Amino acid sequence: MKSWLIHHLYVLQLTLQRLRTTPFSSLLNVLVIGVALSLPTGGYVLLQNIQSLSDKLVGTPQISIFLSMNVTQDDISRISKQLQQHSAVSRIEFVPREQALLQLQQSTGLADITAGLAQNPLPHAFIVYPKSKDPQALETLRDELKTWPKFDHVQLDSAWARKLEALLKFGRLAVLILAVLLSFALVAITFNTIRLQILTQREEIEVSKLIGASNGFIRRPFLYFGLAQGLLGGSAAWLIITVSLSLLNASMADLTQLYASNFSLHQLSIGDSLTLLAFSAYLGWLGALLSVAQHLWQIEPH
Amino acid sequence: MIRFSQVSKRYPGGYAALKNVSFEIAAGEMIFLTGHSGAGKSTLLKLIAAIERPNGGTVLVNGQNIGKIKAAGVPYLRRNFGLIFQDHKLLFDRNLFDNVMLPLQIAGFDHRESAKRVRAALDKVGLLKREKANPISLSGGEQQRLCIARAIVNRPSILLADEPTGNLDLDSANAIMDIFKSFHQVGATLLISTHDESILRSYKGRSLTLKQGELQP
Repeated sequence: MKSWLIHHLYVLQLTLQRLRTTPFSSLLNVLVIGVALSLPTGGYVLLQNIQSLSDKLVGTPQISIFLSMNVTQDDISRISKQLQQHSAVSRIEFVPREQALLQLQQSTGLADITAGLAQNPLPHAFIVYPKSKDPQALETLRDELKTWPKFDHVQLDSAWARKLEALLKFGRLAVLILAVLLSFALVAITFNTIRLQILTQREEIEVSKLIGASNGFIRRPFLYFGLAQGLLGGSAAWLIITVSLSLLNASMADLTQLYASNFSLHQLSIGDSLTLLAFSAYLGWLGALLSVAQHLWQIEPH
Repeated sequence: MIRFSQVSKRYPGGYAALKNVSFEIAAGEMIFLTGHSGAGKSTLLKLIAAIERPNGGTVLVNGQNIGKIKAAGVPYLRRNFGLIFQDHKLLFDRNLFDNVMLPLQIAGFDHRESAKRVRAALDKVGLLKREKANPISLSGGEQQRLCIARAIVNRPSILLADEPTGNLDLDSANAIMDIFKSFHQVGATLLISTHDESILRSYKGRSLTLKQGELQP
């Protein structure tokens, strides 16, 4: 047990030594891995931010119903009753046409234009808050309401959120494809680095085999190296993302102030950060393993 | 300890390096393996260390059949041997101390115990004062002595030396032979290949002579 620990510490020391002996190319490798990983990670963070923003904006979905211009007070109370009794509706709100006009004048500063109108062009409206948030259920409800008499126009207000959701889905797929492709690149980078190392350490490997080194012993420093390089590359990616987001947030502060909102981009969560590091370390290790499997057996003492 | 029974070795291409070789070496013997270059001396040593496998016959080392040993078992077999090469096979990216340290690292020795053994081995071959030097700064004879230090640091029971004095002047060669003799006196088994007649004359011991792959009576 103790000698096992000593051996692993020795290998770790050897690995760091090798990283140090080729500082420039090691640094370049780490940077390349970092940049490659930061692209999909950055895309992921951006999507996360858009997602949380849209969640905030959408809140509870609602259906707006605009009645025909010729409805009577009796119609309104009948419809109100029917809507309240509907099983998919949690609560309703009636907006009389006079109130709607008042709101329009106040909120949009169109008072000049509306004042010029001979009569109120707005219909009476109901706002329906459905019980379910499920898009499918919402659409069913909307389609049903459309068929009711005296209903001029029925509008599902969360429709744009669904479009955004579809767009986000597309974005996530794009990020995933990018991540897969760049993971291959990362494995290839490590594969090649280790191949070069094996070539330059050919003599040491040969002598070690003659002296009685097992394949595991010879393989281990290379695996450690791949792991370390992947881990450092992942750290570089993390740093790139974190610094970029900080810079973006700083410059966005001016922008959001103009719009009187306090929106800012979220950084990578701790869980996501750890996942990034673990994944990059794993890919480095995998690249090294493939390279070692491919090249080490070719070196046999003669 | 080492037994060859009707061993033959052909290399790809049909060249027969050893033909029907049989002999036995007992524990504690010091044996010289002689013959012209190309007679099969190196091949014979390689068969013992499982660097090559025989095409026919059996090679037994400590009762283990080398021809049948699995690849995973080879490293553990080799830890029984101290191998000494004509071209030394030293590593020039590290100092003397670390060169000798390598077998102990491979075998997984405790660091403090290893350091003691390394210094003892370097002392035995007279290189202790230069433990921090790079082997590139050593003369041919000193490099060979360093190779011996590396071979003995693990205290193997069998030393295999392939032309250890091949490129050395007489004084250096004698120094190395004296080191071998001292190992023999403490009970190690040695198999030393050489084509150097002068060595055979001054160090009496049993010798095996190979001629074109066949053992001479």
